[in-house]
Amino acid sequence: MAYQFDFGAILPHWKLLLDGVILTTELAAIGAVAGVGLGILGAWARTARTPFISQLVGVYVELIRNTPFLVQLFFIFFGLPALGVKLTEFQAAALAMIVNLGAYSTEIVRAGIQAIPAGQIEAAQSLAMNRVQIFRYIIIRPALKKIWPALSSQVVIVMLGSSVCSQIAAEELTFAANYIQGMNFRAFEVYFVTTGLYLVMSILLRQILKVFGNFLFERRNHA
Amino acid sequence: MPEFTLWDIVHNLLLAARWTVLLSIVAFVLGSIVGLVLLLVRTAGNRWAVRFVRCYVELFQGTPLLMQLFIVFFGLPLLGVDVSPWIAATFGLTLFTSAFLTEIWRGCVESVAKGQWEASNALGMNFTQQMRYVILPQALRIAVPPTVGFSVQVVKGTAVTSIIGFIELTKAGTMITNATYAPFTVYGCVAVLYFLICYPLSLYARYLEGKFRHVTR
Repeated sequence: MAYQFDFGAILPHWKLLLDGVILTTELAAIGAVAGVGLGILGAWARTARTPFISQLVGVYVELIRNTPFLVQLFFIFFGLPALGVKLTEFQAAALAMIVNLGAYSTEIVRAGIQAIPAGQIEAAQSLAMNRVQIFRYIIIRPALKKIWPALSSQVVIVMLGSSVCSQIAAEELTFAANYIQGMNFRAFEVYFVTTGLYLVMSILLRQILKVFGNFLFERRNHA
Repeated sequence: MPEFTLWDIVHNLLLAARWTVLLSIVAFVLGSIVGLVLLLVRTAGNRWAVRFVRCYVELFQGTPLLMQLFIVFFGLPLLGVDVSPWIAATFGLTLFTSAFLTEIWRGCVESVAKGQWEASNALGMNFTQQMRYVILPQALRIAVPPTVGFSVQVVKGTAVTSIIGFIELTKAGTMITNATYAPFTVYGCVAVLYFLICYPLSLYARYLEGKFRHVTR
């Protein structure tokens, strides 16, 4: 093969890559916390007795799940200013991730809620718990425990999906990679290193979520 | 400056949507073939084959599709292969699809009761016969709903190929936006078109899920 690899050409730009990793991490963290929060709210609204709200959440879920993240991002960043909503690149990227993960986690959490035996809820009702108490103490924790692996995978998928936020010039990892590529034309090396960074990040994120899940669910069960 | 009616926008987007559909079908078919081969390698193979497939899946599920496309698009020319965006998009999406389908189907094969393997083994079947007559027919029934469901991910994945310059629905949306200065309308229409392609697939997957759950119960 004629091509000579020169990974040394990447080294001078390590700071840009690090900044990219940090911004991707920030986006992922904001997206994960707010997105899962939105998902829990959405799942609760789906089980609520008001059909209108339940249907509205249903439409949101189907719309988001059946359109590409990139189009949602473009719609938010380029389309919303027409309505007078002007967002920075970072805000638009974060909002797109929250909205996207919110829809998926609504469905995932809902599946967990549906798996709670009806007897548990009836028992709680007979203890005179109100709806909020039942949701908080009886439903959500066992539901989350059950769907934690699925939720974790979805968080990782959304983190990786943030790579396309480079297209609205949010300065995350892929943006940094493109920038470096534009400076030294070492496309293959840059993207190779960046792909490796993403792989490490997704493996780390999965481990962190696993440990966090154990902390949330296991210890309290033994206590 | 020429005026763009809504119909002009939708008409041009529809023309571009053909490429989204075509790319989705090609990637799905090729990805299925590669995925099936990987599945067989993983089920039949030795320790190293299993390890290889596991790394393959980990690599493609643990990195962004956009990075995979970049490496194919910028990497293959370095190996002396001339790549058009169409080839790079097909190649990248096929690898992506195969990794996910292998993983989905592995779950289905593993959910076939172990006794089925043992029984067919006791009947003196070899691996090919076991797969052909006993395991795959049962695994296939379980595999259909999640496979149809995954096709939605493939369709949505094609949007990312717009970034390497493949002119499909999303890229056309960007180009039309640049001409019309109507991003809200254009990206709205783009989203609706994706929805019209994906939602029937989602509904069908859900229908199959209900149907097969009923059967296995």
